[in-house]
Amino acid sequence: MYRRAFRAAFPDTIPVLMGYLAIGMAFGLMLEAIGYNFIWAFFMSLTIYAGSGQYLAVDLLKTGAALGSVALLTLIINFRHLVYGLSMLEKFQGMGLKKIYMIGALTDETYALLSSARVPDRVEPHAYYFAIAVLDHCYWIAGSVIGSVAGALIQFDTTGIDFAMTALFIVIAVDQWKNYKEHLPVFLGFGITLAAVALLGPDAMLIPALCAIVLALLLVRGRLEPGEAAPEAAEKGGR
Amino acid sequence: MALTTGQAVAAVIVMALVTYLTRALPFLLFGRGGRPPKTVLYLGRVLPPAIIAMLIVYCLRDTTFSLPAGEGLEAALAALAGWAPQLLAGAAVVALHLWKRNDLLSIFGGTVLYMVLVQVVFA
Repeated sequence: MYRRAFRAAFPDTIPVLMGYLAIGMAFGLMLEAIGYNFIWAFFMSLTIYAGSGQYLAVDLLKTGAALGSVALLTLIINFRHLVYGLSMLEKFQGMGLKKIYMIGALTDETYALLSSARVPDRVEPHAYYFAIAVLDHCYWIAGSVIGSVAGALIQFDTTGIDFAMTALFIVIAVDQWKNYKEHLPVFLGFGITLAAVALLGPDAMLIPALCAIVLALLLVRGRLEPGEAAPEAAEKGGR
Repeated sequence: MALTTGQAVAAVIVMALVTYLTRALPFLLFGRGGRPPKTVLYLGRVLPPAIIAMLIVYCLRDTTFSLPAGEGLEAALAALAGWAPQLLAGAAVVALHLWKRNDLLSIFGGTVLYMVLVQVVFA
């Protein structure tokens, strides 16, 4: 069962393979540069498993931050994961013990793959989700260890390779555009995040933007879900 | 190194636990005992496309728009360097993906174009 699931999941995870090797290697390089070797890279990528969180972790280790601020900053930078779980409640239902692992593996990219996943025929969905999560996790660990070991040995200029991550999100957005009838959430996501960058600057915008997007989506619920939240009669009479 | 090995291990454990907690909270709150509220399910349905849009903007958050700081080709290229590579490579990803629908081709093509643009053209 798992053999087939992993075989089916692998092609779908190739974009993440490229992105995670690149971003993971950059993490490994940075960690090595502050005096923490590949063993640290391996265990951090295994247990923390969060891209932006681990980039922050390099800073925290370097400056010797207190445990309290480590906890708070990690909470803030991972806040968006609170929201990711909501979309996975139904997908993970009935996964048993594997669910405990799936929850911990819910990174931006795995979340994106799972929420846009079309499970192939004859593959058990839960095995397929599990395969995606394990593969992505392995890529991340491999990337960070390779980056840590390779260190300064890399000969070619990797400037700009992090665009693979942007490209991955664009590809997912194009796919979603075809799968969803209603595009208002996309425009809200774009518009609100752009406004947050303009108002708050590139470093402090993520959490305010996330909160504003959730709020905006709740406000337009009547439009997006006319059958449930706002019955036809209420829609005609109410506005 | 600013921390002892023990302190660094403690910091990594705290980061791992807090990260897991942020991911587990929705499941702890709504995972047991019946279905989550309809509002939660609604958000679970409409959030993914909005979040992906947010992440695209987030990835490109360091894009800058500026006017050329002087005359000539070099000043013009320097001004373009803040946003043209992202725009061109992003457009290439969309075009490739609409054309061939091959994830790897779209991402690989766009990334190589971006690397050439930032390393050679707008260097």
